[in-house]
Amino acid sequence: MTVQIKTIDLEPKRHTFGHIARRLGGDKPATRYQEATLDLQATDNFHYKPLWEPEYWHYDTRKTAVVMEDWYKPLDPRQFYYATYNISRANANQAVERNFTFVEERDLLGKLDAALKAKLISGLLPIRHLHWGSNMNMAEACQRGYGTAVTAPCIFSAGDHLGMAQIVSRIGLLLDEQTGAALDTAKDAWMNDPAWQGVRRLIEDTFVERDWFHLYVAQTLGVNAVLLDLVYKHADAAWGPAAVPVAMLTEFMADWRAEEGKWSDAVVKTVAAESEANKALISGWAKTWIDRAEAAARPLATALLGDAAAATAAADAARTRARSLGLSL
Amino acid sequence: MAPKKLGLKQRYAHMTRGLDWETSYQPMDAVYPFDSFEGIKIKDWSAWEDPFRLTMDAYWKFQGEKERKLYAVLDAFAQNNGQTGISDARYANVLKLFLTGVSPLEYQAHRGFAFAGRHLRGVGPRVACQMQSLDELRHVQTQIHTISHYNKYFDGISEFRHMHDRVWYLSVPKSFFDDARSAGPFEYMIAIGFAFEYVLTNLLFVPFMSGAAYNGDMSTVTFGFSAQSDESRHMTLGIEVIKFLLEQHPDNLPIVQKWVDKWFWRGHRVLGLVAMMMDYMLPKPVMSWKEAWEIYFTEAGGSLFTDLARYGLKVPKYADVATAEAEHISHQNWAIFYQYTHAAGFHTWMPDKAHLDWLSEKYPNTFDKYYRPRWEMWAEMEKQGKRFYNNALPQLCQTCQIPMGYTEPGDPTTIAFRCSEVDGETYHFCSDGCKDIFDGEPEKYAQSWLPVHQIFQGNCGGATVPDVLNWYRMNVGADNMDYVGSPDEKLWNEWHAGKVRDAV
Ligand SMILES: [Fe+2]
Ligand SMILES: [Fe+2]
Ligand SMILES: [Zn+2]
Repeated sequence: MTVQIKTIDLEPKRHTFGHIARRLGGDKPATRYQEATLDLQATDNFHYKPLWEPEYWHYDTRKTAVVMEDWYKPLDPRQFYYATYNISRANANQAVERNFTFVEERDLLGKLDAALKAKLISGLLPIRHLHWGSNMNMAEACQRGYGTAVTAPCIFSAGDHLGMAQIVSRIGLLLDEQTGAALDTAKDAWMNDPAWQGVRRLIEDTFVERDWFHLYVAQTLGVNAVLLDLVYKHADAAWGPAAVPVAMLTEFMADWRAEEGKWSDAVVKTVAAESEANKALISGWAKTWIDRAEAAARPLATALLGDAAAATAAADAARTRARSLGLSL
Repeated sequence: MAPKKLGLKQRYAHMTRGLDWETSYQPMDAVYPFDSFEGIKIKDWSAWEDPFRLTMDAYWKFQGEKERKLYAVLDAFAQNNGQTGISDARYANVLKLFLTGVSPLEYQAHRGFAFAGRHLRGVGPRVACQMQSLDELRHVQTQIHTISHYNKYFDGISEFRHMHDRVWYLSVPKSFFDDARSAGPFEYMIAIGFAFEYVLTNLLFVPFMSGAAYNGDMSTVTFGFSAQSDESRHMTLGIEVIKFLLEQHPDNLPIVQKWVDKWFWRGHRVLGLVAMMMDYMLPKPVMSWKEAWEIYFTEAGGSLFTDLARYGLKVPKYADVATAEAEHISHQNWAIFYQYTHAAGFHTWMPDKAHLDWLSEKYPNTFDKYYRPRWEMWAEMEKQGKRFYNNALPQLCQTCQIPMGYTEPGDPTTIAFRCSEVDGETYHFCSDGCKDIFDGEPEKYAQSWLPVHQIFQGNCGGATVPDVLNWYRMNVGADNMDYVGSPDEKLWNEWHAGKVRDAV
């Protein structure tokens, strides 16, 4: 038996907003991503120059040296708007919860020997500070950037980094029986351990970069592609018998990197493809930050794995990736 | 002895402020270059009390759940042609005002809180600001998705983005937020976090959302309910910020007081548009603006400022003037839009007899005396085919950018004019409140992009009204003018004739 539900068809006068129709080349039904994103940021007739930076408007294309004829070219292949972003992360987080429960129930971290625990504390946990620094950078790219197509995913990314910093913190609390002692030790390593100082110096240097797209390149191709990939992708061997529980507890990060990488690659590729001048600038930034990240990664890789090979591997992978985006390094 | 497990508060501290560190390879002043020029003194950022303890996993979970529910309602509303069930098509004009005037401010709030969420030196408020930045993006995007369905049937909605940057009265909300966005991060937090989100928010959202509920707009109501828990977080952040600044150093008090005075008056002027909406644009009115002002400002604001008095903070300057204006402001604004209906992106009308009686009852001190006779005269002129239009371009207040049509405090028959002279230029204001704000920062307000000045300077598409409307992308005869005779009205009548046919 089929049930026929009657609905009335009322002929709409138009299918979408005017600015969306002009983007689509005519009045056609638009997606929620498009209506939530395209041309959303104000572009004209601002009233006051910011007291804190009177050389620019608060939305100003001159806040980066790269030039786009249209900042709505670098779209998000994931088509995230707020709802789809949050629902996707809420789903991913269900897996995080399952993994934590699994590891906790079997006490997989608690029963590790003291030396390995200490290695996780000084070798893995400080990465939460790098996520926090990355959060600052993506918040900066959001506030300073131009055009909702790029800036909205930047605040999503900032939220992701905070979330990941908190997942790493929870690993720390599993290691120290919820006392916070491991997190304090890890912070001390972040501040003082020579293995981490190159990384900390690098992220602090990004904090003072005021060209937002330069910052974006430093973050996605330097920090994400070299430093985060070193720790989450190339350092399995460092954790010995803890490798599997660590892989489970950081599954979110692995999935996130694959997914966010598609977006950040698309953005870099599109902006570089705009002009030779953009390509030259971005290539220079990518080279600088991948090289710097490699140098920063070497002592860390040596502390974790005994030599710097993994740092080179991560940096080479980042270079290959950058070339595949049309950059010349 | 086994070490003590963390309590919830300490656990949350590890999850947030424990992440932050004092930089040493770069000076902190270079990492946070924008948080000192305003003169605010913070002795100890760690004294900040987190107003709510939300980790990202919990945030995603709550927000994701709310979005699932909201979009299910939006889909059902569209499928069932919910737009045909509103009280009257006049109601759609409320949504036009909201999407052109308010939603773009949500976007500005999103970017502004990203700024505060990066550039305040204290990690506690920074995390809270970032979540608010996400929330405000939510608000603008869900508002667009909610009203998108109305846009398919009603005029005046389609060009909301283009209009917000250009149309004369939309420069009132736009300049309000540009003002906050171009201020430093602390002033931004007082302007938006405290004055707007805490003191005045109920006067913005309650009218729109209850208006939607009373008028059968189930999709907007659902949005409103769904945003409530976001708003309560925003309010908590706003109140925490002001208390924190006042606790940190006595030198902060005069700076904060000046901001509170300024942003109260700025907000009051923007809310005049809401007042008009409440009193005139809702086919089924909820309460009068005056009643809303009494409940949400006089009473709620009164106890708030009593509470803040222990820090030395006073009730905002000119709060008494604003309260007196609550008797007039909606009527004076509706009069402006009625006269300039040809340049408005929504429809206007003269209230019918039942509505006039409702206004008489709600405004016993002023309506019959000052406004009802004028409305009856204009209605009479309409009947005689001499509908009243004002074709002269109005003079705008340099600060709030509203046409100079407000009356003197205590004398509702005389238009108020104030002016200041700076570098040989004369600037005009609608009120003492607006003049004070200008005098406090003349370099800032001298820059205002005043729509009427811009028209005269030839920056708005041309010298004639049709040129300007064309530049606004206003669909003349559909977006503007009176409701009676509009395509909205025609469509509405067709739907209803259809409903009656189906019923018979
Ligand atoms: Fe909001
Ligand atoms: Fe809010
Ligand atoms: Zn004014």
